[in-house]
Amino acid sequence: MHLKDIIKLVDGMPLNPEVDLNIKIRGVCGADLMSDVLASSQPKAVLLTGLTNPQVVRTAQIAEFRAIIFVRGKQPQAETIDIATQEKMPLISSPFGMFELCGRLHKAGLPSFESNEPAS
Amino acid sequence: MSPRARTPTEQEAHGRRGRPITDHDAHEINRVEELSYDLKISDVMSVDLHSASPEMPLSKVLDILRINRISGLPVVEEGKLAGILSIEDIVRAMQKNDLSAPASQYMTREVTTAVSYDSIIKALRTFTERGLGRLPVLDENHKLVGMLTKGDITRGILVALQKDYQEEEVRRYRASHLFEDIISERTTLVLRYTIKAGDFTQGGKASSHIKRALIRLGADPQITRRCCIAVYEAEMNLIIHTTNGGILKLEVEPHRITMSATDDGPGIADTEKVFQPGYSTATEEVREMGFGAGMGLVNMKRCVDSIELNSTVGKSTKLVMRIFVPDQTFGASRDGQNNEPSKNH
Repeated sequence: MHLKDIIKLVDGMPLNPEVDLNIKIRGVCGADLMSDVLASSQPKAVLLTGLTNPQVVRTAQIAEFRAIIFVRGKQPQAETIDIATQEKMPLISSPFGMFELCGRLHKAGLPSFESNEPAS
Repeated sequence: MSPRARTPTEQEAHGRRGRPITDHDAHEINRVEELSYDLKISDVMSVDLHSASPEMPLSKVLDILRINRISGLPVVEEGKLAGILSIEDIVRAMQKNDLSAPASQYMTREVTTAVSYDSIIKALRTFTERGLGRLPVLDENHKLVGMLTKGDITRGILVALQKDYQEEEVRRYRASHLFEDIISERTTLVLRYTIKAGDFTQGGKASSHIKRALIRLGADPQITRRCCIAVYEAEMNLIIHTTNGGILKLEVEPHRITMSATDDGPGIADTEKVFQPGYSTATEEVREMGFGAGMGLVNMKRCVDSIELNSTVGKSTKLVMRIFVPDQTFGASRDGQNNEPSKNH
C-alpha cells in the first residue's frame, strides 16, 4: 500500500513533507520498546509508536522501516524531525491511538510485520 | 518589453503554480532545482561569442547568423552592449529591402541582460517573465561575456546531472570491489567510532554510518541488517551504561565482520546474567526512551555468529561479536541490494 493512502487512512499529518512520501509500505509493526522493534520486525514496514525521541528514527532506520507514525497526535522534538529528514525517513502524526491505528491498517489489508516468535 | 517578445504560455508564466506539485514532481525536480541554484550563468552560457558592430551592414549580420546557425546577435560598441539583433529584426529590414542598413538602425536597444555570476534560476525567471529566447550575459564591469539561451541551461543541467551520476557510479564501483582489487595476505577495513556516554541525541549515528559503509561495500542485505542491529544495540549500551563512553569498532574482512565495543567502566559484575532476557540495570529515564528492557545482549546474540563478553568491575568491558560471511559477499553485487551475485569474479 502506498504511504500516501496510509496517511489518508489515519488522518495523518506529514511532519517532514520534504521527504519523499511516494513509497510502498508492505506491513505494520506497533511498538514502544525499541528492542522489540529491533528483535522482531521485518523490513519495509511502517512503525506505529508512542515514542518521539531521536532514537526512534535511528532504530527505525537500522531495522529498515520505511516510515514512522506517531500515535495520539504526538509531536516529536525538533532533533527527531531533523534526523528523520536527514535520513529521508517520513514522519507522520496521527490523532488516533495505537489500537485504533492497528485496527484501521489491518482492516485495510496491511499484514503484521512483527514476528510471532517469543522474545526469548 | 522587446518587440520579439511572444506571449508566454500559462505554465511558463506561472512556473508550476498553475497546477499542484505532486510528490512525484517534487522528488524528480529536487536535484534539478538544486542545480538551478548551484549552477552559475557563467557555467552554462555560450562563450564562443559572435557579435556585430553598430556599423555592420545587416547583410553581413545575416551571413554571421546563417553560417553559425544562431538566431540572434549582440551588437557591441567599445566592449559594451549597445543592442541586440534577432532574425525578426532582419526580416523587418528585408521587407523594406534595406539589408545594406547598419545594424544600429534595426537593433533593439533596450536589452534585458543577465549577470554572469547569478544562479541560472534567475535567468530562468527572466526567460519566463519576459518571454525571451536569449539573454546577453554581462560581467561585473558590464562587459559582454556570453550569450544564454534556454537550451544552454538545459544542456548545463544535463551535463551536471550526468557528472553526478558518473561520480556516484565510480564511487560505488570503487567501494564494492575494494576487496577484490587490493591483494594482500589479509585485508582488513577498520571503522572506528568514539561513543560518548549519555549522548542520546547522537545515539545510533555510528551504526547508521556503518550501515551505509556496508551497503557501499556491497555486503549482502541480510548480513548488513544483522550486523547493524548488533552494533546499534552495542552503541546504545555504550551511551547508556558507561562512565566515559567507549569505542565502537568494526573490522571488515572478506570472510567475516568483527564488531567490538570497549569501555573503561564501570564494568559488569555478572557477565552471564546480562544474557538473560529481561535482566536490566537501566534507569527509569532510559526505559522511558524505549530502551533498557533487558533485551539488548539477547538481541545481539541472536544477530551474530559468535559473541564474547569480558568485564572487570571498576575497570573495563570488552564485547566482541563476529558474523561469518559467505564467499562472494563483498563485491559480489554492485549495489548490495538486489543484483544477482555474479560468480565469475
